[in-house]
Amino acid sequence: MKNKLSTTSRILVAFATGALVCAFFLPVWRIDLFAPQYPEGLMMNIWINGLSGDVEIINGLNHYIGMKHISVDMFPEFKFLPYVVGFYMLLGMLVAVTGSRKFLLVYLGLIVIGGALAMYDFYQWGYDYGHNLDPSAAIQVPGFSYQPPLFGHKRLLNFDAYSFPDVGGWVVIGASALAFSIWFYEWYRNRKKVSA
Amino acid sequence: MKHSFFKSLFAVTTLSLTLAGFQSCKPKGGQSAAAGDAAAKTYVAPGKYDEFYNIVSGGFSGQMSVYGLPSGRLFRVIPVFSVDPEKGWGYSEETKPMLNTSHGFVPWDDLHHIALSQTKGEHDGRWAFGNANNTPRIARIDMKTFRTAEILEIPNSAGNHSSPFITENSEYVVAGTRFSVPMGDNLDVPINTYKQNFKGTVSFISVDKDNGGMKVAFQIETPGVNYDLARAGKGKSHGWFFFSCYNSERANTLLEVNASQKDKDFILCVNWKKAEEYVKAGKGTKKAVKYAHNVWNEETQSATSTIENEVVVLNAKDNPDIVYYMPCPKSPHGCDTDPTGEYIVGSGKLAAVIPVFSFTKIQQAIANKTFDGDYEGIPVLKYDAVLHGEVQKPGLGPLHTEFDANGNAYTSFFVSSEIVKWNVKDLKVLDRVPTYYSIGHLCVPGGPTVKPHGKYVIAYNKITKDRYLPTGPELTQSAQLYDITGEKMKLLLDFPTIGEPHYAEAIPASLVMPNSKKIYKLEENKHPQAALGEGKARVERKGNEVHVYMTAIRSHFNPDNIEGVKLGDVVYFHVTNLEQDWDVPHGFAIKGADNAELLIMPGETSTLKWKPERAGVYPMYCTDFCSALHQEMQGYIRISPAGSSVPLSFSTGTNMPAAEPAAAPAQK
Repeated sequence: MKNKLSTTSRILVAFATGALVCAFFLPVWRIDLFAPQYPEGLMMNIWINGLSGDVEIINGLNHYIGMKHISVDMFPEFKFLPYVVGFYMLLGMLVAVTGSRKFLLVYLGLIVIGGALAMYDFYQWGYDYGHNLDPSAAIQVPGFSYQPPLFGHKRLLNFDAYSFPDVGGWVVIGASALAFSIWFYEWYRNRKKVSA
Repeated sequence: MKHSFFKSLFAVTTLSLTLAGFQSCKPKGGQSAAAGDAAAKTYVAPGKYDEFYNIVSGGFSGQMSVYGLPSGRLFRVIPVFSVDPEKGWGYSEETKPMLNTSHGFVPWDDLHHIALSQTKGEHDGRWAFGNANNTPRIARIDMKTFRTAEILEIPNSAGNHSSPFITENSEYVVAGTRFSVPMGDNLDVPINTYKQNFKGTVSFISVDKDNGGMKVAFQIETPGVNYDLARAGKGKSHGWFFFSCYNSERANTLLEVNASQKDKDFILCVNWKKAEEYVKAGKGTKKAVKYAHNVWNEETQSATSTIENEVVVLNAKDNPDIVYYMPCPKSPHGCDTDPTGEYIVGSGKLAAVIPVFSFTKIQQAIANKTFDGDYEGIPVLKYDAVLHGEVQKPGLGPLHTEFDANGNAYTSFFVSSEIVKWNVKDLKVLDRVPTYYSIGHLCVPGGPTVKPHGKYVIAYNKITKDRYLPTGPELTQSAQLYDITGEKMKLLLDFPTIGEPHYAEAIPASLVMPNSKKIYKLEENKHPQAALGEGKARVERKGNEVHVYMTAIRSHFNPDNIEGVKLGDVVYFHVTNLEQDWDVPHGFAIKGADNAELLIMPGETSTLKWKPERAGVYPMYCTDFCSALHQEMQGYIRISPAGSSVPLSFSTGTNMPAAEPAAAPAQK
């Protein structure tokens, strides 16, 4: 019994895993751009399988500084990310069904690895966009690059850029946090049992 | 146990909310940010006058507009390059020749910049000049009547953008080619032979010091770059003119990329005093060209258009020491001289600094031949040798600079949408204030003169977005008024503008208001078709032309019943407003005419041409509410079929011919 999760934990794991389905229907990340002449802001939503928002307007502005034209088909990630999320959901269900503590640990490990990989990948794209500029661009500020912020705020010429999780992303973060909380809870529960 | 679980859940929730909180630190749009006492500072009480006239270009409206400052109230739109049916401009027979060009009648243009006439470097309130950007022309507006008095086409030119900037005694206004074009006998050349065949010119248009009459005095032919803006030297630099130019790459396609490659383009420094001497010495060549010169005659109240055939051209290469190119970073736009005439400010619209050049150093560099090679045979001054200094990190996208009387400069920044105040001598940035949104030109009253009046800076913006109630996709353009009397600039007022405002000047009302004309005196009316008195009103047939010599006075036209006009006739209504009282114009319109109305000032005569297409009786009426019985100011003209035997007759007050009794309605 010691190696099994409590019923509450298993239900919660199932709930957290199930919540991941939101990632298919809600954008996971958003980039907001504000400039004096864009008081209403420009927004780009990143989904697990594509982009939405003011992508074309942003592309139109980016061409002045020589940034690449952003389009969905240049990101292979959008092709396999839905399967990755699906895999996590399956794994989570497995944890819930088996109630195995070991599986939960593996699951948590994979969440950490997956999250880190995702952020690294996102950083790589941002770096590429911000640095690989068309040498014939109209506006060239020596020594200046336009890498968007990985998380939070950054000033890019006349634009204030903000990069934060979108609704879907918050659900994924919340679900992951819940999975970790369960593990802490289980650890706490067992520790108490031992001391008692 | 449960308790601790909820604790950790609570912790997670708190963390999430904190992260979400980051999103709320985004900027808030649509600031009002007006100074607390703004209302009091811009309030001009009913019946009170503004302190300044603001003469504002109408951009793609082709017109000039007149506002009051500080109220921002619009007083008048002066028709210049575009037809204006409201005022009959370009529709009345008298005004049609004003819009004539070597290409024929052109009903529209794009007016970008204003230059007010100067004497000894100060505003004299006599004329306002404006440029036509599309079909190159310069117009002169008479500030006594606020009407366009003259329009001169510029030959060997296209895209007359760096115009009509003026010298300190109004000796010249200038015109530079924004588009270089092929010149000479063979104009039909492949576009990709740009580098060989396309040339730029800067033209000096002399202004008669008594009557303002314009004449293309000479042109200087230069390499085919794009001249953008210009300013005359003043004080110590009087005798020189400075033109910014981009596209030193001489690209003819995809200029947004191909003309943005070089690190530096140029400001062309022209020694026009010397050029003048060369022209006098016969060094210019006369070139065959074709351009229209249209002049309004206030006595005959009509325009005449003359096609000129010749222009004197000085080739820059063959006449050394009249032009020098001065390197200026990244596609310079504005090129502005400070009130002392010592400093020339270049605004590279893609540059990260604002270079300020010194006229003294330019003279030294020329004397010592401190050149950095040549550009197409024209000496290029060494950048470091002529530079006074650079304003560091001023903002993004500098465009234009105006000056106050205290040694400060105000530069507009399109990309970062702000006005930056800096000191001309030490080049330190002193203050910055946002504009809503994307400012183009700016104006300090008297800013381009040797004695700026200061007090305000006005921003002319390209984008308004959320600043006003929306009106569909097409939104109003706007100006914004800032107080510059203190250390910090303070936003006082937003006001909407017509067309798209580019450059504007502001002049104290005291220099203009006393000269404003109230009426045209009838005894000075030399219009050949004027009917100077009701006794002179008549209708005459000349072949198939019917001339109606009509008078208008409160509240009737004379004649107001006209018969005997037949299909196939062309009717000319020469309407003379007999009023000699201030602010009593009459209007004239006729049903079905494929023409505009006439709007006739007191003492003036205007002509409406009409070719009736259907038989019938056509009403005509006064369109400008002139009196209590304005609505009664009306009449009829009868149009009979071709070949009809109805005799020509006209009358007012009595029936001519007399009504037949049989035609009267039966009475009980």
